[in-house]
Amino acid sequence: MIQTIGRRSVAAIESVGRVGHFVMDMVRALPDIGTWFGLTIVQMRRIGVDSLPVALFIAAFTGVVLALQASYTFTGAVPLYFVGTLVGKTMMLELGPVLAGLALAGRVGASMAAELGTMKVTEQVDALETLAYDPQSYLVVPRVLAGTLMFPVIVAFAMATGIITGWLTSLVLLDLSTPDFLKGLKLFYVFKDVWFGLLKSATFGFTITLVGCIVGLATRGGAEGVGRATTRAVVYSAILILVLDAFLAVVLL
Amino acid sequence: MIEFQDLHKGFDGKQVLQGLSLKIRDAETVVIIGYSGTGKSVALKHIVGLLHPDAGDVIVDGQAVSTLDRDGLTGLRRGIGYVFQFAALFDSLTVAENLELGLKRRGLGEEEIEERVREALALVDLSGTGERMPAELSGGMRKRVGIARAIALRPRYILYDEPTTGLDPVTSAVIDRLMVRTREHLGVTGVVVTHDMRSAYTVGDRIAMLYEGRIRQVGSVEEIQRTEDPVVRQFIEGRAE
Repeated sequence: MIQTIGRRSVAAIESVGRVGHFVMDMVRALPDIGTWFGLTIVQMRRIGVDSLPVALFIAAFTGVVLALQASYTFTGAVPLYFVGTLVGKTMMLELGPVLAGLALAGRVGASMAAELGTMKVTEQVDALETLAYDPQSYLVVPRVLAGTLMFPVIVAFAMATGIITGWLTSLVLLDLSTPDFLKGLKLFYVFKDVWFGLLKSATFGFTITLVGCIVGLATRGGAEGVGRATTRAVVYSAILILVLDAFLAVVLL
Repeated sequence: MIEFQDLHKGFDGKQVLQGLSLKIRDAETVVIIGYSGTGKSVALKHIVGLLHPDAGDVIVDGQAVSTLDRDGLTGLRRGIGYVFQFAALFDSLTVAENLELGLKRRGLGEEEIEERVREALALVDLSGTGERMPAELSGGMRKRVGIARAIALRPRYILYDEPTTGLDPVTSAVIDRLMVRTREHLGVTGVVVTHDMRSAYTVGDRIAMLYEGRIRQVGSVEEIQRTEDPVVRQFIEGRAE
């Protein structure tokens, strides 16, 4: 029993050390701008195009549900224009970044782990090294930078979409006028709502892409190994998003 | 010159290389033969620093590979072409882009890159395939593109990992002829890892047999063919017992 706990503790510390080492290698690759700059633009385009439809789809329905649930909860006790407050605050502070983050962990994180995992098991990563490229500057830096930069853009669109569908729902199904919805939306609005949500999404973007790269490049075995890496990337990313979400709320709110 | 010095390497508690020592002189082609899983590819990967030895080292042009830092390894790799067992072509790039990648890293101009790509593809009889994707090529063609990618770099050394494995006899002969032609045209030093004896006799100046983690015998093609060592004899004759 004690031995098992000891072994697992050592393994956990080793994992943290490996991640630290990986991040240090990535930082050391940053001066190699000639290699990663063009590839980052390609990755930004890919992440944006791949992720926007999923994020907007989720945000649109979340906005509808938020408006309806707020109205259901407020019935009689709270003025209906508070629907605008709840939809705005929740989309900006929590559901926009977190739901998009979780969806993109499946979309972007899994696809990166699968792509890099396949490159690893087919020796393409070794081939890259023998051609005198650093896999960190060719594969990792572009993906992590693109994720960190693009996630806030995607989440900004998701926030806007959620608020718009919340407003349309209020207008059509709740008999709430546009001026009343806007009144509620502006009531407790502070600029921090937006930057906090966007900062959170940048953190999630960094985490999801970093996990995808670490897990992908650690892939061993054939197709089975790639499958395992993909699942692992999604699970680790989802857990880290929720932990980071709580951590940032404690530290910044 | 490449020199393996008492190289040891193990994975998950299993010792693969147990004191491999071998010298490869300039402008010769040495073929390393041996059973599957005896560490032939592992030895090859130590030459370019893809693996780090548990003990011992590989010396390339007087430099101990395991002591090189990142920049040192990059410099070393610029002089070495590596042909992977399954070609390891980049799926998302065309054939020409696969060849260009290493050349761009060497800071060559566009015209020279184009010229070298055309020349390398011609040398492997694949002119006109530059715009095709690796997935559209047969196994033999992929291997030839892998060789072209190494040749285009005009390296001092070329390392071939199982270049004819999984190919039909005619395609294998084409690859063998290509390796000989590469040595004659470019005068490079070659290390070939294989268990295909016909290929070993065709391309090798010397043959070294790796057995139980170290070199069992090394000699010219004729010396190996006349060997009386029972282990080497059994292997080169392909006898079950």
